[in-house]
Amino acid sequence: MTAGRFIRLAETVRAPVRLEADGKPIVALEGDTLLVALLGSVGHLRHSEFGDGVRAGLCLMGACQDCWVWTEHGERLRACTTVVREGLRVTTGPLDATWPNHA
Amino acid sequence: MPEDLKADVIVVGGGLMGAASAFFLRKRGRSVILLERGLVGQQASGVSFGNVRRQGRYLPQLPLAHRSRAIWGQTKELLGDDAEFLVTGHVRGVYDEAQAAVVEKYAKDARGWGLDLELVGGREFRRRFPFFGANVICGSYSPDDGHANPRLAAPAFGRAAARAGARVIENCEVLAIDKDGEDFRVQAVDGRTFRAPSALICAGAWGDKLSAAFGEPVPMTPHGPSMGVTEPVPYGIIPVVGVSTKVAHEVVYFRQVKRGNIVFGGGLRGPDYPDLKRAYVLPENLRRQLRELRRLAPELGKLQVLRTWSGIEGYMRDELPVMGPSGRVSGLYYAFGFCGHGFQLGPGVGDVMAELIDTGVTTTPIEPFHIRRFAASAANAQTTPRAAASATA
Amino acid sequence: MAQPRVIVVGAGPAGVRCAQTLVAAGLTPTVVDEGRRDGGQIYRRQPEGFKRSYVNLYGSEATKAQDLHRSFEAIRPKVDYRPETLAWNVTANKLHVVHDGNQTATLPFDALVVCSGATDRLMPVEGWNLAGCYSLGGAQIALKSQACAIGRRVVFMGTGPLLYLVASQYVQAGATVLAVLDTSRFSQRVRALPALAARPGLLLKGMTLNRILRKAGVAVHSGITPLRITGAASTGVQGVTVRSSVGSELHFDCDAVALGYHLRAESQLADLARCEFQFDSESRQWLPKIDRDGRSTTSGVYLAGDGARILGADGAEAAGRLAALAVLADLGQPASLDQMPKLRRTLDKMDRFRRGLIQAFPWPHAQAAALPDAAVVCRCETITAGELRRVVNDMGGSEMNRAKAFSRVGMGRCQGRFCGHAAAEVVAHAAGVPIEMVGRLRGQAPVKPLPMAALENPGAVNA
Repeated sequence: MTAGRFIRLAETVRAPVRLEADGKPIVALEGDTLLVALLGSVGHLRHSEFGDGVRAGLCLMGACQDCWVWTEHGERLRACTTVVREGLRVTTGPLDATWPNHA
Repeated sequence: MPEDLKADVIVVGGGLMGAASAFFLRKRGRSVILLERGLVGQQASGVSFGNVRRQGRYLPQLPLAHRSRAIWGQTKELLGDDAEFLVTGHVRGVYDEAQAAVVEKYAKDARGWGLDLELVGGREFRRRFPFFGANVICGSYSPDDGHANPRLAAPAFGRAAARAGARVIENCEVLAIDKDGEDFRVQAVDGRTFRAPSALICAGAWGDKLSAAFGEPVPMTPHGPSMGVTEPVPYGIIPVVGVSTKVAHEVVYFRQVKRGNIVFGGGLRGPDYPDLKRAYVLPENLRRQLRELRRLAPELGKLQVLRTWSGIEGYMRDELPVMGPSGRVSGLYYAFGFCGHGFQLGPGVGDVMAELIDTGVTTTPIEPFHIRRFAASAANAQTTPRAAASATA
Repeated sequence: MAQPRVIVVGAGPAGVRCAQTLVAAGLTPTVVDEGRRDGGQIYRRQPEGFKRSYVNLYGSEATKAQDLHRSFEAIRPKVDYRPETLAWNVTANKLHVVHDGNQTATLPFDALVVCSGATDRLMPVEGWNLAGCYSLGGAQIALKSQACAIGRRVVFMGTGPLLYLVASQYVQAGATVLAVLDTSRFSQRVRALPALAARPGLLLKGMTLNRILRKAGVAVHSGITPLRITGAASTGVQGVTVRSSVGSELHFDCDAVALGYHLRAESQLADLARCEFQFDSESRQWLPKIDRDGRSTTSGVYLAGDGARILGADGAEAAGRLAALAVLADLGQPASLDQMPKLRRTLDKMDRFRRGLIQAFPWPHAQAAALPDAAVVCRCETITAGELRRVVNDMGGSEMNRAKAFSRVGMGRCQGRFCGHAAAEVVAHAAGVPIEMVGRLRGQAPVKPLPMAALENPGAVNA
């Protein structure tokens, strides 16, 4: 893994888990949090609503609420407390402006 | 001993009504002392939903609401601060044909009072308001209504009043008011005394204590609104959204601000503890409210609630405010008890009360809100307990 | 006779020892915890399937960690354990929880013991809102719980024992640590030695950590002043610049900064339970009032562990046991209360050490006043120090909730957890008033974000 932010130091022998971020496949390891999976590939989790750039979490313990991501279905997931599961599809960009419209 | 502070008018209560009144009195050249127990706009004005709405009001209240709406549009020039007022329109959805007939009739009647509403249904309704749930069958739209930030509005009026020369005194709790000769004498807890030939009571949910002290008790009950706000999401819902319904817990509403958060309110109200000067949202009210909000606009179900809050609002038995001169004491005026629908009226109330105090009359009809409407029942209430007491003696 | 209903919030050291003590007295407490596994933060368990040993994960605390985990495993069949459950509100004798995203429930109680723990206490620095800046606790969790380092080249900055602990853990795990930058001065630590000697074992551990760092060639600087974290909005952290104790500027190219100034209590539930708070001038923060056994000012509500007083893991264990005994005594339950005097003495000793830590590693409050106007104070809402100062100066917002209403500081998703203390310092300085006059952010439910999809669950009022 050359891209990405977090560096794996140990526990690298684990079953792979396939997910998608922004339409691209990424491979995580069983037991990874969504945060680790995304930071290992994309390098960020979301874009700040107020223009100061990408965010990649802060506290990793479910307190700062910086790491919420959207799934493609419009679910909310807190990346540091969500364990990866096969087939999870998330987006690190914001919802688009048509989000409230009744499907 | 320190001298009493004197002015033409003492305003008791620094919420939106009091702060706006103080501002407009200064514009008329009257000297004003505004006394606020805490900080300006900290109580009901500051926890309000923020609806700047004429649609849905008691029709005889519309002249006041029109006058107020005009001032909302001028807040930037008048105060140097528009309190984030946006003209976004206001839409009320309905769930059934019976209620559709109700809003249709209201729209017809409101035209006669100067409010033009659009009834929207069918495909046009879905196209213009795509966020509504499938159960919302049509709606009534008021294009020139909108919303503002209640945390900013009263403080903006207060600062403008102070810049214009009003003496705005915060952290000053009023102990008692009485008429001492020609003047009203207001005593504060901290020992200061204030005097003026005119006094205006804008003490919100605590106004009834002061009116009762002048022999004008009113049937007012404090209630706590159930308010909340979501995380910020892309700005996609422009109008303020509400529901017209006869079912109390269905009355929910929301507005999205430009930063993206959605402020919501409505449903059932919570209990109040006026002595504590704060209130809390009941968890069961919140849960029910969220259910109704999801019914009204299903995609809201994707979001997260960051914070809830409540406050202390005074509700009159007949759901109309107390506004106008005292029925018993000359020089005494009231503007309180706006039953949770006072935010839009605030600037207008201030302007009207200033006109009334300054000139003795106002061009805007406010007769339905006169405090004397409770005098008859108050008199009855006074005789009954005495009769009961003598019966048991 | 019906058993009293006791709820313990938190399955960290305080909560586990509290539950254990209640079980020993014959009760079946409910244990509500947000995490997937027990252990809290300092003894956070790695995911099932991970293979590192206890010594690898917890170092010198391995035995304590193992003992805590085994204790919980032993009582687990005897408690009503609800993991991944958030207590989002508390009203009179009722705890309101949400599980599995949107399943709400209302849990009545006769006694509630809140063991909600702590987070890092952060002092903003220009650029701390860039991606790649983490709390010290976050950096530790990345390692302990996910076997990751937060970056390729990590700088540790802040103050407190955790600064040295996590940095040395990183070094020992094979991460690249460029520097440890401590705002406290060596002289402050020396002056605090008598108080720190209350726990000689811990003092020794501290010295050991320093040796590990120096041996690994990590630059360790004391008495520094953080100036800025540099980087790009699209890619995150690229470096950090500080002023050394002798006035020179030091710069480190890095891709991650771990930042922390000791800890702050998670006191939101105590606030919602209407517990009274008092200002602690030594640590410059508001803390919920408790008696020596953990009783809050609200009848039936007890507070134990770092969520009430930052005494560390050992203190939390003692406080958890003591609070349980107080609950049992107050509910008139038969239990041996013999241990109470000893536990109280233990907590007194821990408190002496706590105050020594404050002396040795003080919260650098003056840095808030020194923040440039462009520095972000509230990360959630991206509100700068300049905007906050404008609200104080131009709008008269010199009380914390007022300043929040006008500036939006504290209105974001974290509800003031990470900006609140620094924001109060900025407001106090701008208004020219003592910090305690500014007050504290008033807590509102939910304690953490509650989904709009939360379901009513009419059948979920549990007897």
